[in-house]
Amino acid sequence: MISLRNVSKVFPGRGRPAVGNLSLDVQEGETIVLVGPSGCGKTTTLRMVNRLIEPTSGEILVDGTDVMRQDPVQLRRGIGYVIQSIGLLPHRTVAENIATVPRLVGWDGGRIRERVRELAGMFRLDEELLNQYPSELSGGQRQRVGVARALAVDPPVMLMDEPFGAVDPIIRGRLQDQFLEIQARLRKTIMFVTHDIDEAIKMADRIAILNIGGVLEQYAPPEEILREPANDFVEEFVGSERGLKRLALIRVADIEVEEGPVVQPSDPVESAVGAMDRFGLDWTAVVEDGRLLGWVDREMLRGTQKVGEAGPRPFSAAVTMESSLREALDSIVTSRTNVAVVTGADHQYLGILTVDRVSREIVA
Amino acid sequence: MTGAVEFDWEWVVEHLDLIGALLLDHVILTALAVGIGLVISFPLAVLAHRNRRLFPPITWAAGILYTIPSLALFALLVPFTGLTKVTAEIGLVSYTLLILIRNIVVGLDGVPADTKEAARGMGYTDRQLLWRVELPLALPAVVAGIRIATVTTIGLVTVTAIITEGGLGQLILDALQRRLDFTRAFTGASLSLLLAIGADVLLIGVQRFLTPWARGRVLAR
Repeated sequence: MISLRNVSKVFPGRGRPAVGNLSLDVQEGETIVLVGPSGCGKTTTLRMVNRLIEPTSGEILVDGTDVMRQDPVQLRRGIGYVIQSIGLLPHRTVAENIATVPRLVGWDGGRIRERVRELAGMFRLDEELLNQYPSELSGGQRQRVGVARALAVDPPVMLMDEPFGAVDPIIRGRLQDQFLEIQARLRKTIMFVTHDIDEAIKMADRIAILNIGGVLEQYAPPEEILREPANDFVEEFVGSERGLKRLALIRVADIEVEEGPVVQPSDPVESAVGAMDRFGLDWTAVVEDGRLLGWVDREMLRGTQKVGEAGPRPFSAAVTMESSLREALDSIVTSRTNVAVVTGADHQYLGILTVDRVSREIVA
Repeated sequence: MTGAVEFDWEWVVEHLDLIGALLLDHVILTALAVGIGLVISFPLAVLAHRNRRLFPPITWAAGILYTIPSLALFALLVPFTGLTKVTAEIGLVSYTLLILIRNIVVGLDGVPADTKEAARGMGYTDRQLLWRVELPLALPAVVAGIRIATVTTIGLVTVTAIITEGGLGQLILDALQRRLDFTRAFTGASLSLLLAIGADVLLIGVQRFLTPWARGRVLAR
């Protein structure tokens, strides 16, 4: 757990504090993201936790102990640290880089080798990569090595300063997903800095929005910040598409799916038409033994006796209970039928989602 | 005055022992000078790197030593230290300082800030940072300085012949005293040149061996 109590930092020769009277708690196993415009003191705040910068006043507790009462070198060895430029040691191989802190704290060679292999597996770094120098790696590989290195001695607390900042958006997305997966298992206490609100929304359990001078404007879970921005600054910083961003945070499983028209392939055409009429649509889903086969419309049913003869067409996109409402909405607007069909395991038909249903979640 | 520009192989073969001894002497004088120069330069360079205000006075002092003409320096020293190796080494060492200090500082300055930041953030002490991060990364520039200092010193050693030391310089001085004996002059000068080239190539090899991560890049700045 990390606890900041009335922390201020004034750099000599500058009148305005970089961080002013900031109080903030990070619970055990929680990822909090400090986000704000440049000059908001987010990086300064992060660097005060491992004493790369010393606070002018206030208290910072890590696991209940005041950092100012600890030896800075010992403190840093016990806290994982990742920076945007990664700062891999260019004269050390990947394996040696990952082994940096274990070596500093005096692990024996066998234990180090085992840990390096474990982390390489966790971050999907190939065996041959371990003997290469950082200059031989791609940007994405470097960032993964940087994060693996920070986790080497399994520190309970991690400080991450734009750890995925130096790669292109596609790679960044992948690295974020991979880290979320790993964090779900490790449950580290993480303080994460970014200037990118979308990254904050994706990574955070709670977001701390900072204004110039390290003023805390709002500290809340992403969903709440999007739903109820505390003030104009937060609203402006969060930016446009607040509704869409919130949809990205809600899963289909969180809401009730709608009932839609459903027929069996063995049903007569009349019952299919009846089902469409009941829902005021010109198509119906076709389900056999609970499994979704596809859809048929009035046009396709013309001249047939049974629904199955019409040859149901598959839905172009089906969403699952794990999909976000944003994905569901995308599926709705790109499908001919203007609905998203929700399926479970093994194509089990669960229901449909319409624009009306999804937008009710934003307005709610 | 016979055959002033004829090379006398017989003389060379007869005096192989002497030539070998002078060559060895030359190597020792050079190695001592560069070695002692490094021992003096290194702490001064680290000091200047850590405390920028000390950089100008340190390089200024080393620069003064560097600009004193070698003959004048020996003339100044002989009354105190006599016609000895000590006199020769004081002169030789003082000429290496400027080159070595500047190159070590350049090398240390060239270590990327993010590398140092990350290292400090992981819990390197200042001393560990210097020896395990900054110095290895400064090595290419440091070795480049050692190469220049070594080649310069090999040339300068011949001058120290005038104070009875001087390795291969002795042959050249002998030649001057014997109305330009071509064989002695050529043997001394060419071996001194070959020694300089050999030392340079050797040092390039040493650097390649010590900096496997930098292979394939520009070796010296």
